[in-house]
Amino acid sequence: MGVMSEPVETTALTKRYGDLVAVDELDLTVRQGEVYGFLGPNGAGKTTTLRMLLGLIRPSSGSVRLYGVRGTAALAGVGALIEGPAFYPYLSGRDNLRVLARHAGAGTARVAEVLDVVDLTERGRDRYSTYSLGMKQRLGLAAALLKDPGLLILDEPTNGLDPAGMADIRATVRRLADEGRTVLLSSHLLGEVQQICDRVGMISRGSLVAELAVADLGTRGLRVVADPLTEARTLLTSLVGHGRVEVDGDALRVDVPADRAAALNAELVHSGLAVRELRPAEVDLEQRFLELTGGGSRAR
Amino acid sequence: MLVDRVLADVRAELRKQVRRPAHWLLLGVAVVLTLTFAYVIPYLGYTGRSGERSRGLESMLPAELVGNTIAGTPVFVGALALIFGVLVVGGEYGWQTWKTVLAQGSPRLRVFAAKVVVTTLGSLVLVLALLATGAAAGLGVALLQGAPITWPSLPALLVGAGGGWLITTMWAMAGVLLAVALRGVALPIGLGLVWLLAVQNLLSAVAAPLVDWIASLQKVLPGPNAGSLVSALGAPSGTPGVSEVVGAGQGAVVVACYLVVFTVVGGFLLWRRDIE
Repeated sequence: MGVMSEPVETTALTKRYGDLVAVDELDLTVRQGEVYGFLGPNGAGKTTTLRMLLGLIRPSSGSVRLYGVRGTAALAGVGALIEGPAFYPYLSGRDNLRVLARHAGAGTARVAEVLDVVDLTERGRDRYSTYSLGMKQRLGLAAALLKDPGLLILDEPTNGLDPAGMADIRATVRRLADEGRTVLLSSHLLGEVQQICDRVGMISRGSLVAELAVADLGTRGLRVVADPLTEARTLLTSLVGHGRVEVDGDALRVDVPADRAAALNAELVHSGLAVRELRPAEVDLEQRFLELTGGGSRAR
Repeated sequence: MLVDRVLADVRAELRKQVRRPAHWLLLGVAVVLTLTFAYVIPYLGYTGRSGERSRGLESMLPAELVGNTIAGTPVFVGALALIFGVLVVGGEYGWQTWKTVLAQGSPRLRVFAAKVVVTTLGSLVLVLALLATGAAAGLGVALLQGAPITWPSLPALLVGAGGGWLITTMWAMAGVLLAVALRGVALPIGLGLVWLLAVQNLLSAVAAPLVDWIASLQKVLPGPNAGSLVSALGAPSGTPGVSEVVGAGQGAVVVACYLVVFTVVGGFLLWRRDIE
């Protein structure tokens, strides 16, 4: 395992089903220690990508490296919950984990630890078939933790849960991330990604269409209020280019990355303009999502 | 290290399968059917009004233990073994647990090998349970009728158990292959039973006497070869599936070849195809 290797690196990862391209030359990198949100509408290719990461689906072309390693050996430090929990209904939660611990090469002592992490110790002896959906999801998370993995791959872990169950899972995932684990979490819920993740990649029709820090997810460009507004608009247009400065009521909306704010502020002040407000411009999250992903889901 | 991981996968598979109620139900059905058709009904026939048409007391005594208990393996015990094989692998598709197991990092072929080992052990348990049942029933008949108690020799017992084990494992692996090929439980069981209980009998009883090439085909099909093998090991003629199409040697070789082919093709399909 290379010391400098990232937890997840895909290169031109592609999956075709006949004429349908489910994942299209995807280059994805998840950095050590971050919580990466893999955001996209239903049918965008999220689960197919995650299944390829885990070797459940063979890529048509391209490559997957987890911590710099290819193939099944790469899964040594990886825990995953893909498309909802799936266990043996006639076994108890504890026995399900014991079975999986043997497959994982983990000690059976680890079973009690992970049951405790997901707060299922008291119900561990009950049959899985008697569990609520929230408990099943938590058991899925426990199974993903059996190897004490450095990387967690979670595919829509709050799907189908009530608000309390969602909050519970999100808090658990955030806690696991705070312990230093890298998390790759797929979701189609903007709010969820905003609550849990550090960085987000947006996938649409199998392609990564945007990648940004979650802090930038609800903003686009800068909002500038300066006197006089007309002169400010002329100056900013000369600095950032035509078509990137729009009047929005009594303010200007400047389509540039937020990190240019200081430089633009200095230019405005240097030109003798009174800058009363300069901050990242907030946008409607759903609108932003639709813009970046090009609309809703598609049939597959 | 690799051996340790393989043994860990086998232990995981054993825990999974031993605790599955459906397997014990299958075993119970196999025991009850064998007891019913190899001992209870023949005994009622022997002691009842139709005694003159019965197979005779000798056929139920401990000396006939091997033939009596493995006579069902070409058809009805074979059908139960096939269902067992389907359940061992097909359950992973039905409950979508392949992804849960494989995400733990065990290579597919190692997990499949563990399933093959457990299926083989399960088939052995089935045959041993039938032999134990037959031994108890034969002893009971002998005591009830005051007949001499003569057990088969140890080599005959071992060869008989081995033959029965070979046949039940072959049918169980046919179930494994069907489960992998059709990625489920219901359809593999349905198609497997249609072949085993209907098509196989129609071919041998209806088609083979009429068409020469179908009669020749019988010599390479799994059912007639299994039937010939158990016939050579003492299974009573007239039992469904028991035949004398080929000799015992060819029967054993053909059944073993099917066992290997079912296993290899099943493993290849699991290794090659996506887990959706």
